[in-house]
Amino acid sequence: MVESPLKRFWLEFAESKLALVGLGLLLLVVFVALAAPWLSPQNPFDLSQLDLLDGKLAPGEKSMAGKTFLLGTDDQGRDMLSGIFYGLRTSLGVGVLSTVFALSIGLVFGMLAAYFGGWVDTLIMRVVDIQLSFPAILIALILLAVFGQGVDKVIIALVTVQWAYYARTVRAAALVERQKEYVEAATVLALSQTRIVFRHMLPNCLPPLIVVATVQVAHAISLEATLSFLGLGMPVTEPSLGLLISNGFTYLMSGKYWISFYPGLALLITVMSINLVADQLRDVMNPRLKR
Amino acid sequence: MFTYFIHRLTQSGVVLLVMSLIVFLGVFAIGNPVEMLINPQADEVERARATIALGLDKPIIEQYWIFLKGAVTGDLGKSFVYGTSALDLIMSKMPATLELAFSAMVIAVLFGIPLGMIAGLKPDSLIGRSIMAISIIGFSLPTFWVGLILIMFFAVQLGWLPSNGRGETTLLFGIPVSFLSADGLSHLMMPALNLALFKLSLLIRLTRAQVRETILQDYIKFARAKGLSNTRVIGVHMLKNIMIPIVTVIGLEFGSVIAFAIVTESIFAWPGTGKLLIDSINQLDRPVIVAYLMVIVTLFVFINFAVDIIYSWLDPRVRLGTTAGGGH
Repeated sequence: MVESPLKRFWLEFAESKLALVGLGLLLLVVFVALAAPWLSPQNPFDLSQLDLLDGKLAPGEKSMAGKTFLLGTDDQGRDMLSGIFYGLRTSLGVGVLSTVFALSIGLVFGMLAAYFGGWVDTLIMRVVDIQLSFPAILIALILLAVFGQGVDKVIIALVTVQWAYYARTVRAAALVERQKEYVEAATVLALSQTRIVFRHMLPNCLPPLIVVATVQVAHAISLEATLSFLGLGMPVTEPSLGLLISNGFTYLMSGKYWISFYPGLALLITVMSINLVADQLRDVMNPRLKR
Repeated sequence: MFTYFIHRLTQSGVVLLVMSLIVFLGVFAIGNPVEMLINPQADEVERARATIALGLDKPIIEQYWIFLKGAVTGDLGKSFVYGTSALDLIMSKMPATLELAFSAMVIAVLFGIPLGMIAGLKPDSLIGRSIMAISIIGFSLPTFWVGLILIMFFAVQLGWLPSNGRGETTLLFGIPVSFLSADGLSHLMMPALNLALFKLSLLIRLTRAQVRETILQDYIKFARAKGLSNTRVIGVHMLKNIMIPIVTVIGLEFGSVIAFAIVTESIFAWPGTGKLLIDSINQLDRPVIVAYLMVIVTLFVFINFAVDIIYSWLDPRVRLGTTAGGGH
């Protein structure tokens, strides 16, 4: 029986039980984020549903009106479970969106550097090297300290810190591809340079890029949470997980742990499930490790 | 060697210049510089006077020149909140940050290298696997959340360790440090551990990879064939060779520890430069923000420069690399 490439890929991926657990968790997280409005017991943005008297209830505690909140409530009487569902939506959305933008920019510059070489290559890679010599969090902090907070600014900051990783990965992959015969053949056929680069070389450069992108989504989510925790990221109107954690920090000292703890747990599950999937993807897609 | 030195020095200078331009354009050109640099509580007359005093009516290139001249002589403006020189303010907080960063690095090295070696020598044993599992978790956990969990557990639940401040400081060579008194040490413990965790995981992974690679080398096999004791083979022959890349990474990571200290300092209210930065951003104390960015960028450029020079001294291929690479 002949196996399709997709099936072979899946079988190799499924060899690691840990990766399957990660994938399962990741699918669950994505589902919850997408279906947040239908899954949440309460709309955390609808102020008419909130009752200040329900504030800071412990998980499972009954409110005056006889409602129970599975994961407790925050200082404004907001159901933590609903807050986490919506927070997950914001965090994942920002992470994925910034990764897509950064990937596109990095892809174009990496391809240009590899295909044209010479001073184009030197210029682009020098910028990449210099940028990567500074930690991502520092660059993001500088940008947000200068521009101020907001969803668009967070995304700009995340894209700025991430594009260099993709540019470097794409360039390395494209340099290998450029030496191959099919590119030579395409050149002999007098295809346009744009066509050779984007139609022929690009698809072959994708595997390492997918691995980097998976890892980077986790980084982006984590970085956004950190920035929001510091009060420099998302505005109060778009509470991401980081902002929820930051909000609960004030109450941590008085033993009201759940306002910070559960959003943190959601963040941890998200980041870890992505990392587990990325680890296995790297092993499956890296031909050097093939037996 | 000398050519390489000059080449790298010029490059560092260019990076510094570009960074100063970005910070300058960011703070001075985007938005209204008058609003950014003059105390928001000032009235109209005061504003007009300050605009002229700060030279904000001059063309932008001249303003950048003035900013550069000030930066070179260590004049980066005065803090709105404290009324003192922004640079002095940052330098007064620097010992606290450096102490925290050093302590974190010491913890990461003291635990990371031995654990990584165990994981590398016994990769399939239960202990080797457990160490790797811990390092994966350490990689995935966001630093700030670990900080919260530490506070929740050790400060709130158990009440063993204080959760904020530096505690009692003692003077060492005229610099206030925490680690010499019991009270200061108890304050230092949690933030240092928090900051160390990520680097600890990194060092475990790096050391493990190095050990796994070195163990296959001929000189290790030869040393064993000579009948040397296991301790000697691992402790002398192997350790010496795995140290070069590890030392490089430690040097490079030190800068990133200082950057990550911003997060840890905010959580544990550690009175260092990172907390000062976040406070200044919240209080719109812009001269301090600019000064902090310039100081940290300079520090980074310096660390990168130093690591490159040391590395090229340890490994001549680096400085000759471009010419010996094979005729490109």
